[in-house]
Amino acid sequence: MRYIPHTAGDVTEMLERIGVGTLEDLFVEIPESVRLKRPLDLSESVSETELLRELKALAVKNATPETHKSFLGGGAYHHFIPTVIDLLISRSEFYTAYTPYQPEISQGTLQAVFEFQSLICQLTGMDAANASMYDGASACAEAVLMAVRLTRRKRVLLSRALNPRYRAVVATYCRYLSLELVDVAVAADGRTDLADLIAKLDDSTAVVVVGYPNYFGVIEDVAAFAKASHETGARLVTAVAEPIALGLLKSPGELGADIVAGEGQSFGLPLAFGGPYVGFFAVLQKDVRAMPGRLVGETTDLEGQRGFVLTLATREQHIRREKATSNICSNQGLCALMATIFLSLLGKQGLREMAEQNLAKAAYARQRLSGIKGFSLVFDGPMFNEFVVRSEAPVADVLTRLEASGILAGIPLGEDYPELADCFLVCVTEQNQRAEIDALVAALQGGVQ
Amino acid sequence: MTIIGTSGLVLNEKLLFEHSDPGRKGYSLPKLDVPETALPAELCREEISDFPELSEVDVVRHFTRLSTWNYGVDSGFYPLGSCTMKYNPKVNEAAARIPGLAYIHPATPAHLAQGTLELMYRLQGALAEISGLARVTLQPAAGAQGELTGMLVVRAWHEAHGSKRTKVLIPDTAHGTNPATASLTGYDVVPIASDGVLTLEEVEAHMNDDVAALMVTNPNTLGLFETNIEAICKLVHERGGLVYCDGANLNALMGIARPGDMGIDVMHFNLHKTFSTPHGGGGPGSGPVGVTEKLIPYLPGPGVDFDGENYSLEAAKADSVGRMMAFHGNVGVMVRAYAYIRSMGAAGLKHASEMAVLNANYVRARLEGVYDLPYKSRSLHEVVFSDKDLGGDCHTLDVAKRLIDYGYHPPTIYFPLVVKGAIMIEPTETESQEVLDEFCDAMIAIAGEARENPELLHQAPVRSRVRRLDETTAARKPKLKWEKGA
Repeated sequence: MRYIPHTAGDVTEMLERIGVGTLEDLFVEIPESVRLKRPLDLSESVSETELLRELKALAVKNATPETHKSFLGGGAYHHFIPTVIDLLISRSEFYTAYTPYQPEISQGTLQAVFEFQSLICQLTGMDAANASMYDGASACAEAVLMAVRLTRRKRVLLSRALNPRYRAVVATYCRYLSLELVDVAVAADGRTDLADLIAKLDDSTAVVVVGYPNYFGVIEDVAAFAKASHETGARLVTAVAEPIALGLLKSPGELGADIVAGEGQSFGLPLAFGGPYVGFFAVLQKDVRAMPGRLVGETTDLEGQRGFVLTLATREQHIRREKATSNICSNQGLCALMATIFLSLLGKQGLREMAEQNLAKAAYARQRLSGIKGFSLVFDGPMFNEFVVRSEAPVADVLTRLEASGILAGIPLGEDYPELADCFLVCVTEQNQRAEIDALVAALQGGVQ
Repeated sequence: MTIIGTSGLVLNEKLLFEHSDPGRKGYSLPKLDVPETALPAELCREEISDFPELSEVDVVRHFTRLSTWNYGVDSGFYPLGSCTMKYNPKVNEAAARIPGLAYIHPATPAHLAQGTLELMYRLQGALAEISGLARVTLQPAAGAQGELTGMLVVRAWHEAHGSKRTKVLIPDTAHGTNPATASLTGYDVVPIASDGVLTLEEVEAHMNDDVAALMVTNPNTLGLFETNIEAICKLVHERGGLVYCDGANLNALMGIARPGDMGIDVMHFNLHKTFSTPHGGGGPGSGPVGVTEKLIPYLPGPGVDFDGENYSLEAAKADSVGRMMAFHGNVGVMVRAYAYIRSMGAAGLKHASEMAVLNANYVRARLEGVYDLPYKSRSLHEVVFSDKDLGGDCHTLDVAKRLIDYGYHPPTIYFPLVVKGAIMIEPTETESQEVLDEFCDAMIAIAGEARENPELLHQAPVRSRVRRLDETTAARKPKLKWEKGA
């Protein structure tokens, strides 16, 4: 086996040094009764050539934006990935290291995480960000738990326009913590219904969660939500599933959010069927010591040089055990590095330009689709790069028909929203050329491509 | 003895914000091919102040320099106990980057995602076979999230059976994530003492009608097999509880013994440990969870199913604990782990466990007597020494820092908590006898230095890019981001 260097001679010599006769003797502490007395029922070893052949044969069974015109979004987005990212993260000093427990030989990771934290603060308009979380949904769940700890209240208000997968993960994390989860309705324009929120807010409400933009691509009035939440002492969590929007939209911090939890996949990470992605998590200064996850801080070494360390570890499970702010141990280190490289390359101009392109392409697609007989737009609030389309013909039939033309037209909404069973969610990014959008329109019209 | 640590030309590098120059850019986008549009002005932000403006060259050089300040498994020996820092095969990296696997959207309809679903299904099956458990969910993102998943399943099972138990037993050797997870599932933690391994008597004394589960790690964090595990599982079951196994140390057992056969009800795997996927400077990991037949209905959804012809994503069952992640977990990590299992094969996995245990015992044989060994039972994949009787007022931290000067990543230190000044060494199977000998020579030399010239340890490291860092000030006055002029 090419990954294991031992020769038979090495093994003999090592066993002698240990003072046992056979490899079997090393396992004497494992009772006979629990030993596996047969080989594992797995296939035999394959060579590198065979492995890659097998995996490529699997890969061609998948539809991707390289094989289909894709308008799928809903929390995972097809965006430009600069070539530089993969080449830099392939430096094995980055990807074969572990958590920077020994700062003297981990300054590369530590400085990059410090830069990630700084970039997330700039984007979200918040005071402090952690070293990353598993994904946007689990970051959102951790934000809810943090708000519950801070307010010592038990009622959690979730916008129905928040990504339904985020709502599901919040529900899982809260399952046995005796919390009350309440939905806030969606208004006719596709924003969360402010009147319904105000009616449901009370002095037992710990936290309100809204998406920004929300699942329907609509841009919420975060300031109004912050104001209403704060009047009853509740915290406002703003969940950002499509952070390219932050290149253009007012930052959640500026609008009064208390915690921003989001998904960084759009920042240069491949879609990879859902992961690994990278959650981000940002808070106000006063709440830093209550936040979950790893934090990197700046300090100096014995000789006065600038350096970075993991810090405020007394919040964490390896010190606080059952009293920790979360059970989280790892972060998504390499994914955070990818996002950091992406944001460094795009920079001030690039992020805005990319956001503007998404906005313009989605607006163009919306305008074109709205004129097709049998289809209509459902919401009219301000939108970023996604929107909801209603179909007179059954959604499943429409989507299947378009698949045959090589188009993945959108995500059906019926499973998550029974009242939108005749609707699907369309996403248009800077990666969709005008010709692709025109092809989508033509296919919906019944034209042949 | 050859000291592999040395000093070469190391380049300084500013923060990327400090390189920024207004007007520079490091990207290109196609020209907009549709009419421009604008949002209402009140929704839009001003330009993001002090956001970086860099050229592509600036960025490439910046991160390349940062990388040289890191130490990875590819740099050298990384005996970080309980983290299983084995070699990360390169073909796995190529596998995860095959376009059809890398670029598929998670909401792609199942019939257009058959390749990835088949891979996930095969991986679920392989992990079930390796662990002796009935069914595996791949959704959890990391070990700690796997623990959370597993303990949610435990609680869901109890509630479905009308049981209102409130406590979880956790041995003093456990990882901190175990008690933190138990809290997150609404349980109170009852710590129990072990004497190297858990005794049936100790479990019996605490196992009552209010205990939902016992969380064990096997082999435990001392590198010892829990010899009473069968009797303990039987007792916990008889008294209405379940047994959770932290699978962090599965690297000792592949093809040798299976948690499911010992009576374990639920366990998590760490694909980034046992199954060779890279640790990425702190993630991404992947923490699948396996369960016995009776717990299957409670697993998170969706999982991958196969009807003999097609692979499908089965919606969560009515009793499921719910979704753990927005999508299907860290699929890119799963591709790497699958590639590893295929490359190794059944015999290769067993050989890996055998060589991992051989290596740990070899290090132990070479260092016993030089460093204090608090627990004498036969070690499996890792060995825990302590700093007792080190000379020159030197402690574990000093040994760790001095190892850096010699060119090694230090072991895990001060864990497990049951050993004062613990030095926890896990060599893994991918290290040769020569590497282990060089490392042991360094450890022996350092023990000598502690007696004869302890300042070498107290001052260490001196060859790294930075010296020891002031962690107290970092925590007292946290500076967690760059600010202009600060």
